[in-house]
Amino acid sequence: MAYTEEELKKELETKEYEYGFYTDIESDTLPKGLNEEIVIAISKKKEEPEWMTEWRLEAFRAWQEMEEPEWANVTYKKPDFQGISYYSAPNKKPKYDSLDEVDPELLDTFKKLGISLDEQKKLAGVAVDIVMDSVSVATTFKKTLAEKGIIFCSISEAIKEHPELVKKYIGTVVPKKDNFYAALNSAVFSDGSFCYIPKGVRCPMELSTYFRINQAGTGQFERTLVVADEGSYVSYLEGCTAPSRDENQLHAAVVELIALDNAEIKYSTVQNWFPGDKEGKGGVFNFVTKRGLCEKNAKISWTQVETGSAVTWKYPSCVLKGDNSIGEFYSIAVTNNYQQADTGTKMIHLGKNTKSTIISKGISAGQSQNSYRGLVQVSSRADNARNFSQCDSLLMGNRCGAHTFPYIEVKNKSAQIEHEATTSKIGEDQIFYCNQRGIDTEKAIALIVNGFSKEVLNKLPMEFAVEAQKLLEISLEGSVG
Amino acid sequence: MDLKEKLISSFLAFENNVDLDHPVHEVRSEAIKNFENKGFPSKKEEAWKYTSLNNLQKVDFSIFPKEESTLEYKDVKKYFLHEIDTYKIVFVDGVYSSYLSETTHDGVDVCLMSSAFSKPMFRQVIEVYFNKIASKDESLTTLNTAFSKEGAYIYIPKNKMPKKPIQILHLATGNEAALMLQPRNLIVAEDNAEVQIIERHQSLTDNEVFTNSVTEIFAGKDANVDYYKVQNDAPTASLVDNTYISQKDNSVVRVHTFSFGGKLIRNNLNFYQNGERIDSTLKGVTILGDKQHVDHHTLVHHRQPNCESHQDYKGIFGDSSTGVFNGKIIVDKIAQKTDAFQQNNNILLSDRATINSKPQLEIFADDVKCSHGCTIGQLDDDALFYLRSRGIPKKEATALLMYAFANNVLESVRIPELKSRVNKIIANKLGVRIGFDL
Repeated sequence: MAYTEEELKKELETKEYEYGFYTDIESDTLPKGLNEEIVIAISKKKEEPEWMTEWRLEAFRAWQEMEEPEWANVTYKKPDFQGISYYSAPNKKPKYDSLDEVDPELLDTFKKLGISLDEQKKLAGVAVDIVMDSVSVATTFKKTLAEKGIIFCSISEAIKEHPELVKKYIGTVVPKKDNFYAALNSAVFSDGSFCYIPKGVRCPMELSTYFRINQAGTGQFERTLVVADEGSYVSYLEGCTAPSRDENQLHAAVVELIALDNAEIKYSTVQNWFPGDKEGKGGVFNFVTKRGLCEKNAKISWTQVETGSAVTWKYPSCVLKGDNSIGEFYSIAVTNNYQQADTGTKMIHLGKNTKSTIISKGISAGQSQNSYRGLVQVSSRADNARNFSQCDSLLMGNRCGAHTFPYIEVKNKSAQIEHEATTSKIGEDQIFYCNQRGIDTEKAIALIVNGFSKEVLNKLPMEFAVEAQKLLEISLEGSVG
Repeated sequence: MDLKEKLISSFLAFENNVDLDHPVHEVRSEAIKNFENKGFPSKKEEAWKYTSLNNLQKVDFSIFPKEESTLEYKDVKKYFLHEIDTYKIVFVDGVYSSYLSETTHDGVDVCLMSSAFSKPMFRQVIEVYFNKIASKDESLTTLNTAFSKEGAYIYIPKNKMPKKPIQILHLATGNEAALMLQPRNLIVAEDNAEVQIIERHQSLTDNEVFTNSVTEIFAGKDANVDYYKVQNDAPTASLVDNTYISQKDNSVVRVHTFSFGGKLIRNNLNFYQNGERIDSTLKGVTILGDKQHVDHHTLVHHRQPNCESHQDYKGIFGDSSTGVFNGKIIVDKIAQKTDAFQQNNNILLSDRATINSKPQLEIFADDVKCSHGCTIGQLDDDALFYLRSRGIPKKEATALLMYAFANNVLESVRIPELKSRVNKIIANKLGVRIGFDL
């Protein structure tokens, strides 16, 4: 049977969210709404020191003064911030030493998601700090990491156990008043991950966390802080899936990366939150602030595979402060049905001889809108700054849209900036070429979509690439291959 | 009193001088209301993020020049493309100068907006075309619409072509300490017509001039329109140039913008493709020094299938100059088989110079070929070394490379005399004598 693009489109549209389910775990949930008491209550529940409570309140006060941004190329019904419960923790929360003790219902959730929190993962060398509705419930490989002096724990634990580190770095890259959602997150973040790699240590395994949104009506406000001390290296993975919900769920996370001199951080994300059904009903709002700071000779590399969420608003950025620092951004954004994505990156060149690379691939199908929005800024002191940007879009059907909004601001004459963008569909001549060589249309489309995104997929760590492939398959590749 | 208030109160005085019963006046009243609501654009608006009009608003501009000025042709000859015979529409301080002009009604109409508004024979054209594509929403365009009274009116009927190119020249004498001009041009090329137009704004003194110009161009089926904008004004002259172009099937419209001088220049160039197999070309060369500021804002809206658009903007920025490029391509759902290309190349010569570039694509159709490229860099050291090793001094070698850089844009200029004139301006600007035309 000849496989046409028409059929592919149809398949894409009818593809329902495969990971939609809801685990019934009793949760300890705060009443809906947001005010100073709630912020204090969250802080108390987390048994936080006073400075943290104060920090949250400052952020909350700043947030009240702020207005929700409207510049992004997305339309959605604004969330009612007073209609959300800002804290929800699984109420059975003992600390486990082994998986056997974990609530079987929870384990089942992970099994359905195809995440092996068991031996397989251990063999793969992945330590998982699982965040289920805001509280970390299981941590593995802690001992191996501890031997190297690596701290990898939940942020609330870090606030208690390593206050000096948290105090020193939190809010330094993403200030608590940075933007509307970052301020909201700073006020109410319930949990997240903290990672510290000491001087000269190369983290022996990929660190990963999984975020889920489980409890209906709770927003997920994660806070991640990764600090790589001088000369260290870490590869950090983050992956997400969420159960189907009719009500739009809000996710406003903040991720801060700090790479000190000669350090390198590789941050990979696979995001597959509930994108809403075929009619565009439901789905997660993903408003995330991610930013990394590079000191001298440091390198930060963002890789993301975005296939989920109804509305995505996400710009992982690099501040290239130190001389010779490097920023990289590799992204695949797939939108289908009524999904809207406005994503991209910011590369702020401040130091001399700084380099950045941006590779962004957008695939839109159905009635979705996919936008790339990026900024490359070269300050007047950033001599010999170098940037290469490439934004390619692939359109499937004529009811979707692909948009490109690159901002380039250069104030230094020695800067060398290149930006290119293309928009196309799968070329008839490409398919013809494959057909001619005995590859049927179905395979040809799969091959081309694969080739289109491989440049980014290849940047993912081995352990994650498989899962990313799987997610892409669910959104696109599976339906053509 | 700030400029906005002054303009609004001047509108009442303006009404005394125009025919209030003319249908156009209703358009003007609507427009001033919009401007009253919106005011001047601020940097907070995305479209004006990199260009500020604040300084201009502080100047006490005269809206209506008090006295008529006369100029001798020999004094202003150099601002004309005098090497070839052309029709000329010349305005001195915003007032038509019949002495310097050469208009015609021989087969084609090359005359004035004021007569087009007042004479019944033009009534129909005005009703069909006037203010039909100019934005009714953008504040500076509506400000111009409100005060629209004078400008160039060019009407080329079916299958006609004027005998010679047309020059539109706006001269400012400096009789006023500070002068605001609002020319309004209407250019209609009916089916299969052809026309070449050169437009220039020139201030003759150091007194401030602020020109807010709006031009509407309609190209019928198979029409061919060439529009050249030469912007090499005095360092005290500012220009906001709004151009709206509507094209029908198989038409070809090329707009070349040469920005070499002026204090602040903002070009809003908008193409609307209302037919199939249309070709739109937008090209520009910008060479700036001192504290000059040039902002190119382009829009190409592909509304029908099988059309093409080509954009090519080159910029060389020295001293403390600022260059802005904001190009937008929109491809509608039905505009399949669109081929849209956009390129913006920039060279920075100084650490104090700034370039802000924002090439955008908004695409809703799948079977299209759209691409844009943007580069910011320096002259190639190897090329420079090659030239110098062959005995060409550094300054000339640099100029030669810059010529080469800008040549792509100049290539498509179809009036040879204009091309060599622009080359001379570039040579002047770069401070070299190359001794040959490129």
